[in-house]
Amino acid sequence: MVRLYNVTKIYKNNSIALNNVTLHIKKGEFIFLVGPSGAGKTTLTRLIFREDIPTRGQIVFNGKNVVRMRPGEVPFHRRKIGMVFQDFRLLAQRTVYDNVAFALQVTGTSNHRIKKLALEALKVVGLEGKEKMHPEQLSGGEQQRVCIARAIVNNPLLLIADEPTGNLDPGTSRELMNLFKEINGRGTTIIMATHAWDIVDSMKKRVVALSGGKVVRDEESGDYHGA
Amino acid sequence: MGRSAVGYYFKEAFDSLFRNNWLSLASIGVVTVSLFIFGCFLLIAINTSAIINTLESMLEINVFLENNLNQSEINHLNEELKFLPGVSGVEFVPKEQALENMLTSLGNGKDITDNLDENPLPDSFRIKTNSVGLVPQIAANIYKFKGVRNVIYGQEVVERLLIVTRWIRTTCLTSIGVLGLAAIFLISTTIRVSVFSRRKEIGIMKFLGATNWFVRLPFLLEGVVLGFSGALLASIIVYLVYTIVIDKIAVTMPFLPVVGQIDKLAPVYWGLLILGLLIGAAGSSISVHRFLKV
Repeated sequence: MVRLYNVTKIYKNNSIALNNVTLHIKKGEFIFLVGPSGAGKTTLTRLIFREDIPTRGQIVFNGKNVVRMRPGEVPFHRRKIGMVFQDFRLLAQRTVYDNVAFALQVTGTSNHRIKKLALEALKVVGLEGKEKMHPEQLSGGEQQRVCIARAIVNNPLLLIADEPTGNLDPGTSRELMNLFKEINGRGTTIIMATHAWDIVDSMKKRVVALSGGKVVRDEESGDYHGA
Repeated sequence: MGRSAVGYYFKEAFDSLFRNNWLSLASIGVVTVSLFIFGCFLLIAINTSAIINTLESMLEINVFLENNLNQSEINHLNEELKFLPGVSGVEFVPKEQALENMLTSLGNGKDITDNLDENPLPDSFRIKTNSVGLVPQIAANIYKFKGVRNVIYGQEVVERLLIVTRWIRTTCLTSIGVLGLAAIFLISTTIRVSVFSRRKEIGIMKFLGATNWFVRLPFLLEGVVLGFSGALLASIIVYLVYTIVIDKIAVTMPFLPVVGQIDKLAPVYWGLLILGLLIGAAGSSISVHRFLKV
């Protein structure tokens, strides 16, 4: 599904964000990216999403070389990946429904299909009946659910979540993790960058630990801090 | 492109127009003023050229001959004049005819000729030309012919008309140039503000996998709508003003050959509308290109 080969990313200020990282992620996997701030977790997700390209090395996603992709192919690459952020990035002036429908609108889906798929996605994340509300009328956890609904509405192959529970209380975080588990259970591969050690420890999924831009640990059903 | 996408482009474009309503109005205003002035110049130019055409058909060169020419010399001159480039017709006016014409035009002042022993008028040729611009050149050529005493044409009228036409053309081109650039600049500013006020949304669109064109099109459409609205307003105002002006002219100066509203002027209005579209497209393209690195 995702393969990184000797990926190095050096930013313009000469800071090395990723240093010779090789990583294979299989279809249907649930992976936690852990490590201190500045370890390279966000850079890794940005490279997979093709927000940036590596200084050296190759990235293959779903059989396609992401690094050598033409600019015109990038939007179609991104439609196969759902993104969930710590700060939600919802459009405040649009309703919950419109925020989710927006993901389909930008891909040119017909109105009829948009309605069906958006309502389905909202049902999956448990926001039925809140379609007409605006983001600021929702709690943080509910806003993140809108964000997840938007990320899964066009049925992506991969879901990338960058600190999705960073702004949420422990109870809400656990509920959201159950939602992620459910989405993963439907076959969507999930990469989650997080600092929430309790969640990582309780989920018993694959853990890839980064430090100083290098993979320092890669364990099946691992813990946040390692054995 | 699905129906939902087309609806989306228009909705976004119009939402943004109303969100930046003052700037939108200013842009439309500048386009309206530019195109109104341009439309006026265009109509003046069209009417001037109609007037010039009419005058051209009336304008002739009078060639007065020496008194002592015999018939074969006159015939020879007639042939030479006919084959001058730019000449469309040559008519010989014998002195007797000239006197008669003069008496007719004088009407009841005819007694002043009673004191004359002989006809003082010379034989002459009346020459019509293809174009008013050629008249001075042709007149100068004829002046060199043997047996020609004098050449007279509406020298001043012709020269003034030519100056006026040139002046109208220059003013028209300069003003549309300056005003057009101002309109393009203002539209590009409106679009820049619009891009700026929606930069968060644009970022979200990009990570949702929107193509560059999907991001750009609403902004382009916004510019085109601004340009077109301005042009539409300008056309309506030009139409109304022109209707009033030709009505006034029909009453006060009925001899002026003004161009009627419907028959020949449709291309002017179409032209204004298309120009408005182009100005809008140009203005928004600048901003979309420079400020929307998608």
